[in-house]
Amino acid sequence: MTLSARVRLPQQARAGEVVEIRTLVSHPMETGFRVDSFGRRIPRRILTRFSCRYADRLIIDMDLRPSISANPYLAFRFIADRSGEIELRWQGDQGEELIERGHLEVTPA
Amino acid sequence: MRHPLLLLWLLLALEGQAEPLTGQVSGYHLLGEELQALQDDAFANPGMLWVDRGQRAWNSPAGARGTSCRDCHGGPERMQGLAAQLPRWNAEDKRLENLEGLVRNCRSVRQRADPPAYESDELLALTTLIAYQSRGLPLTVAVDGPAADAFAAGRDAFARRRGQLDLSCADCHDRHAGARLRGETISAGMINGFPLYRLTWEGMGSRQRMIRWCNEAVRAEPLQPDTAKALALELFLAWRSRGLELESPAIRR
Repeated sequence: MTLSARVRLPQQARAGEVVEIRTLVSHPMETGFRVDSFGRRIPRRILTRFSCRYADRLIIDMDLRPSISANPYLAFRFIADRSGEIELRWQGDQGEELIERGHLEVTPA
Repeated sequence: MRHPLLLLWLLLALEGQAEPLTGQVSGYHLLGEELQALQDDAFANPGMLWVDRGQRAWNSPAGARGTSCRDCHGGPERMQGLAAQLPRWNAEDKRLENLEGLVRNCRSVRQRADPPAYESDELLALTTLIAYQSRGLPLTVAVDGPAADAFAAGRDAFARRRGQLDLSCADCHDRHAGARLRGETISAGMINGFPLYRLTWEGMGSRQRMIRWCNEAVRAEPLQPDTAKALALELFLAWRSRGLELESPAIRR
């Protein structure tokens, strides 16, 4: 299946509020350790990196490893302190890249 | 006094002390809390990736005529109820038709496109999208009239022993449903969750894929999809699951 993501981004928040980003991305996360029915090694094909920038700051940066299951679900929380762009980026070992963007509007508490 | 107790102990030991499942129990109830929560989570359920993709495919023109599903049918919500009634008798072709067959047929006859392969993401995306419209509706299949012969054949296939392990579907999913087999609880063989996301597969599968998986587990020749016997068995299984709510995209281990 082609790389595609389901993303739930917060749109609005009060300053200091804890908000959550939830993501689900379609990817086989083939470990490279399995063999097919002819005994041939199935080549590794995984996502290697996931990162998120918020208001020009890197707020999460993950190295993904083969033990992560297919179609990885990733969710994390952070404190909304200013309005800004959110950019989510997945990178795979085949050179594939998927970027999702959104905007978070923060109002004073 | 000693004998009945010994007998009881033996019975419990044989049954692995599991509660026997009687009647129709959706595989949902054999899941742990976390997996039940995953199925119920409309965002995180991985099957929703296929629903999303199906939505895109629904609107995209395909084939020699350049028509999309939407051009004829309107929105996918128009398919509500359909998946809960399949397989059904197709009077024109004089054979049973299941969800995969219906979509493939539409693709080749109406859109003049190559029908997507069984178990391809392209087909599963559309079948999951269509089944999702019937989520929560009870399974109701017609087994009388022209479908009666196929239904009888399906009932026979369910009860017939096959493969090197010489087991019938009924041996496990009827007589031993709820018992333990290796690390798993034997399900009641209900098919109300399909197409579903199976963790073993790390992906979606149709009812027919599950039937083939089961065949291989008893070391039998897998029933090929779109054959009269496979469709008859699917009809019988859908009838066995009658009244259960359709759960697609369900999560199963």
